[in-house]
Amino acid sequence: MKTADFIAALAADPSPPGPPLSRRFLIALAAGALISACAFLAMVGPRHDIARAIGTMRFDWKFVDTIALAAPTGLTAWRLLRPDAELGWLAAALAAPIVLLGGSVIMELMMVPSDLWLARLIGSNAVHCLTLIPLLSIAPLAALLLAMRAGAPASPALAGAAAGLVSAGIAATLYATNCTDDSPLFVATWYTLATAIVVGAGALAGRKVLRW
Amino acid sequence: MGESGSQSEEDWAVQMRAALAGDEAAYRRLLDEIGRSVRAMARGAFARSRLGGADVEDVVQETLLAIHLKRDTWDGSMKLAPWVGAIARHKVVDALRRRGARQFAPIDDFEALIPAPEGDDPHDLSDADRLIGQLPPRQQDIVRSISLKGQSIADTAKRLSMSEGAVRVALHRALKALAEAWRRTSP
Repeated sequence: MKTADFIAALAADPSPPGPPLSRRFLIALAAGALISACAFLAMVGPRHDIARAIGTMRFDWKFVDTIALAAPTGLTAWRLLRPDAELGWLAAALAAPIVLLGGSVIMELMMVPSDLWLARLIGSNAVHCLTLIPLLSIAPLAALLLAMRAGAPASPALAGAAAGLVSAGIAATLYATNCTDDSPLFVATWYTLATAIVVGAGALAGRKVLRW
Repeated sequence: MGESGSQSEEDWAVQMRAALAGDEAAYRRLLDEIGRSVRAMARGAFARSRLGGADVEDVVQETLLAIHLKRDTWDGSMKLAPWVGAIARHKVVDALRRRGARQFAPIDDFEALIPAPEGDDPHDLSDADRLIGQLPPRQQDIVRSISLKGQSIADTAKRLSMSEGAVRVALHRALKALAEAWRRTSP
């Protein structure tokens, strides 16, 4: 077939490609977060002493970390949907969760005697953390990947990894209300490991489903 | 050509906005011009990878289809050429990989390319022909009627006793299925 003929078929198909990409992305993000929040409340819910925990520095800082993870990675996943995406200042914002977490770890090491470090790091919820964060990531990750199929990412694996990061950020925000291990040593170890699992899954899935 | 580069960029974005607003003639012209640039890029890349140029037109058509189906990933406040270039690079690299090239020579700066018109070769055994042949019969008929036979949506609808809306829907589905089939040819 000549390309000129092929173009005739493309030009005759003026149908707008459905709802705009931005709306699909936002709906997926909201729906995924909502499903995870419901699943979280049905499965475990927040810790019983949450009223007392709110206002303690270590508890509150967990949310600074998780939201610093979810917000810039959400914007990144959105940006990466364009084939000519340039991250610009977002690339710097992506370092925020690492810097914030690293800073809190240093503070903790300075404030807590060294014979308690290991106990704080191991905590008592490691398995819980490694199970719940990936489980609560499933809905947002699936919803996002589905919506992102309408995009054209230069690297499908990278876009999938970004979707994994934002999903893990949402899941970690929910889980942090349940977890009684508030030490940055615990967060830096187990939350990070759980996030890595979700990111790996996102990259693998992205490579498959975000190809175009 | 260097001088006309910025001029054609301006035209491209304007034509794309007109196309998105439903101007079919502007869209056709734009796709033809984009096709010339993609062709130049693909020829260069194929030559550098020593793969010959026999099926360059397949890559051009696959790229144009991707541009068509992914056109809402263009940010209207940005230039069009870098967006087109990114899609074309993605498809050309894919095509090179599919043909077993081990090394991908860096691809020309898209905006600096000298546009190449389509050759006279009717390109009978193209990917597009082969893949269209795998669509459901009604979709095949509609795509061929509008492309090869140059019929309008209205003519096609009358001939097949369908509504114009139904022909449009079938055409859109066929194009999406075609993109999917193309994707499956990649390892």
